[in-house]
Amino acid sequence: MHVPDGFIDAPVSVATGVVAAGAVAVSLRGARRELDERTAPLAGLVAAFIFAVQMLNFPVAAGTSGHLLGGALAAILVGPYTGVLCVSVVLLMQGVLFADGGLTALGVNITDMAVVTTVVAYAIFRTIVKLAPHRRRTVTVASFVAALISVPAAAIAFTAIYALGGTADVSIGKVFTAMVGVHVLIGIGEAAITALTVGAVVAVRPDLVYGARGVTARPLEIRDSPLAPAAPGAVARAEAPAAEPATAEPATAGPTTAEPATAEPTTAEPTAAASRTPEPVAAPRRSARHVWWAGLAAALLCAGVVSFYASASPDGLEKVAHDKGIDQKEEDHAAKDSPLADYGVKDISDARISGGLAGVIGVGATLAVGSGVFIVVRRRRATAESGRV
Amino acid sequence: MGAGHAHKLYREGRSPVHALPPHCKIAAVFCFVLVVVSTPREAVWAFGAYAVLLAGVVAVARIPAGYVLRRLLIEIPFVAFAVLMPFIAEGPRVEALGMSLSESGLWSAWNILAKGTLGVAASVLLASTTELRALLLGLERLRMPSLLVQIASFMIRYGDVISDEMRRMRIARQSRGFEARGVRHWGVLASSAGALFIRSYERGERVHLAMVSRGYTGTMPVIDDVTASRAQWLYAAALPLTALVVCLTGWMLP
Amino acid sequence: MTDPATTPPSLQVSGLAYAYPDGHQALFGVDLTVARGERVALLGPNGAGKTTLVLHLNGILTAGAGTVTVAGLPVAKTHLAEIRRRVGIVFQDPDDQLFMPTVREDVAFGPAAAGLRGAELEERVRRALERVGMAEFADRPPHHLSFGQRRRVAVATVLAMEPEILVLDEPSSNLDPASRRELADILRSLEVTVLMVTHDLPYALELCPRSVVLSGGVIAADGGTQELLCDEELMREHRLELPFGFDPRSVTAPVR
Repeated sequence: MHVPDGFIDAPVSVATGVVAAGAVAVSLRGARRELDERTAPLAGLVAAFIFAVQMLNFPVAAGTSGHLLGGALAAILVGPYTGVLCVSVVLLMQGVLFADGGLTALGVNITDMAVVTTVVAYAIFRTIVKLAPHRRRTVTVASFVAALISVPAAAIAFTAIYALGGTADVSIGKVFTAMVGVHVLIGIGEAAITALTVGAVVAVRPDLVYGARGVTARPLEIRDSPLAPAAPGAVARAEAPAAEPATAEPATAGPTTAEPATAEPTTAEPTAAASRTPEPVAAPRRSARHVWWAGLAAALLCAGVVSFYASASPDGLEKVAHDKGIDQKEEDHAAKDSPLADYGVKDISDARISGGLAGVIGVGATLAVGSGVFIVVRRRRATAESGRV
Repeated sequence: MGAGHAHKLYREGRSPVHALPPHCKIAAVFCFVLVVVSTPREAVWAFGAYAVLLAGVVAVARIPAGYVLRRLLIEIPFVAFAVLMPFIAEGPRVEALGMSLSESGLWSAWNILAKGTLGVAASVLLASTTELRALLLGLERLRMPSLLVQIASFMIRYGDVISDEMRRMRIARQSRGFEARGVRHWGVLASSAGALFIRSYERGERVHLAMVSRGYTGTMPVIDDVTASRAQWLYAAALPLTALVVCLTGWMLP
Repeated sequence: MTDPATTPPSLQVSGLAYAYPDGHQALFGVDLTVARGERVALLGPNGAGKTTLVLHLNGILTAGAGTVTVAGLPVAKTHLAEIRRRVGIVFQDPDDQLFMPTVREDVAFGPAAAGLRGAELEERVRRALERVGMAEFADRPPHHLSFGQRRRVAVATVLAMEPEILVLDEPSSNLDPASRRELADILRSLEVTVLMVTHDLPYALELCPRSVVLSGGVIAADGGTQELLCDEELMREHRLELPFGFDPRSVTAPVR
């Protein structure tokens, strides 16, 4: 979706430039609240990660390939303000270093790919997390839905910008159907990767996920030690109540005679967690219904977009143009002599048949995923028991 | 690690272009692209003049033409798009080589092609004559907010880490006979992404700890400072100013 | 060694407890005092919390409970910069520590961050590199050096900050025997307080008169290195094993 120089006319480029600069300024102000010494490098990592994963192409359908836009991931991992900054930095560096996306089109690109994706994704994410119970899995599901919708949203934003200042004489309808159609498909891939990434990070390092702050907190345990204060403190980020020492053994004859010490705290934690974890226990029934509705809304939105796409019966040739023009671009990205270059997944490059087929598959896949989210969410709430997706 | 400073796009050299302070170059390239984009598409000759200007800079920078041309390949998708434009655009059509082509589509194609190519070429020139660290320093000198510079510099630092980890994971996958071919393999790729993130974060975290342990507080300490003299600014301004003259002439002439 | 009554100890840790954000608790109340000029080995099995303890010494991790004091200055947010200048940590993997394009710039990083410039900075860099015998490599990129050389440069990057206490995390890991000996010679020649985290027991015996054993997140033993290594029951209990054929009694160890 990287727009080159000269694709959008000067007034709209300037206008989006102003919008982008404003958004970045607001984000800079907001990011001060989100970032501290430890999270600033995390923002850099997220930016690098987006940069890298934009080169990880995954096959979408019948010869098109997509890549992460990363807005949803950034917003969820480091917060919306910092997220905007991360994606903006990625776009800037791509423009300056790789000539990917024109310098004068930077405003368009930032508005579209950094601001719209991040804001849309975060809004959806927060809504779901707020309504649903505070669980790790909620975070994953919310990431999935947020990413799923953020990509077509960016495509719609692009179409709007194009409608205002596109230099090519192609009808808005055609651009809209092609852009949104392709990006609904890309959105599914983005959703999968975002959800799995966020899920993996939440499982191992929940402290790194901005959107999941406060989900985990555990009281500290103090073992026998002559100088230890009587009242132990709590974990930095949480308002956990202080716990009395759970075990008290002589320091020299530690309990870990035969096995590594790491085993110790993990066995100790269920009791502590069960008795006094501060995790808010939300009323499951009502929240379940909220998630249910959110899932339904997501499915309906996707279905709506797709039906528009299907009824407008896209021009196959133009579809190819967009497929090739916008999505194959990343393949070329990967073909360059960059250190990240050779990572791209080879996809079927025969795009001639892809046009109509991609649309048909898109409808099916979107409906399937939409209702899948819906069913999975419902089943989870019903059985309250797990099973990997 | 430690190798991430001379990026792959940079070409070592001692030309006057290499020697210019980075912020002058960035400003010059940006102004040049701005001028190019605001040139009317009907002034075909003006784009020729821009190309000649850029070729002049390439010559002064002593960068092999073949190298620049190869880097221009990044543009191909848009070329493909531009080539299709005459077929799909609306408006009055002209007959050429037995095909019906849209007149406005032809102009659009030309417009995107010419401006896009010049923009890409200018960026390629900038990247191949400026070191990464210098680029960041330049952006900082141009008053880019320090938070953005900081994110960018971490991004570049972690870029190495991530690509390292990616390579290791890919080798591990391939040596177990995995190759992604279709939707079935999304799961594997996506879970790789999650693992990749954590692995690179934890490695990056260690690098960061080492930096913080030695007093890093958010800005790289300046060991060698760069400043631009008036002469250097003028020298850098030569490109966009000449381009501006061409552009204005383009508007003036019918 | 200076009179311990007048100078505060280089390092004083009391009642230190910490849990990682994922809930895993690594330290359960650690007490440790290291006098100025002492060389102490911190021994312990994998996962005992050694690295976690090290990260508390310069305020990278913030204590959940308890305090850390470096030469009389408590480790707290208000004077982190000073604490980080006083505590020099050499991390286990030199690739994590060396991130600048040349050895010279890498060694200059710390002092430059502290505000040093020009000739003074150059002098500081030169002296630090000379102390580890790497002066002639100043303009080489770190990743072109051998592993042993990189570790020595990593020590130099920390020495350039003129720390109060030098903390080494597994200094002998991945070194061939010659590099191991060279590093030992360098460490012996330094006149700073050293806290050496290791499970390389002969190395601890060679360099450090005193050892403490960290196990299960608490200090399990504290005493002369040779005594500890000879206490077979203690060693077995904390998964510390001497290399095959090594007898700590047969070595003349440095006295405290």
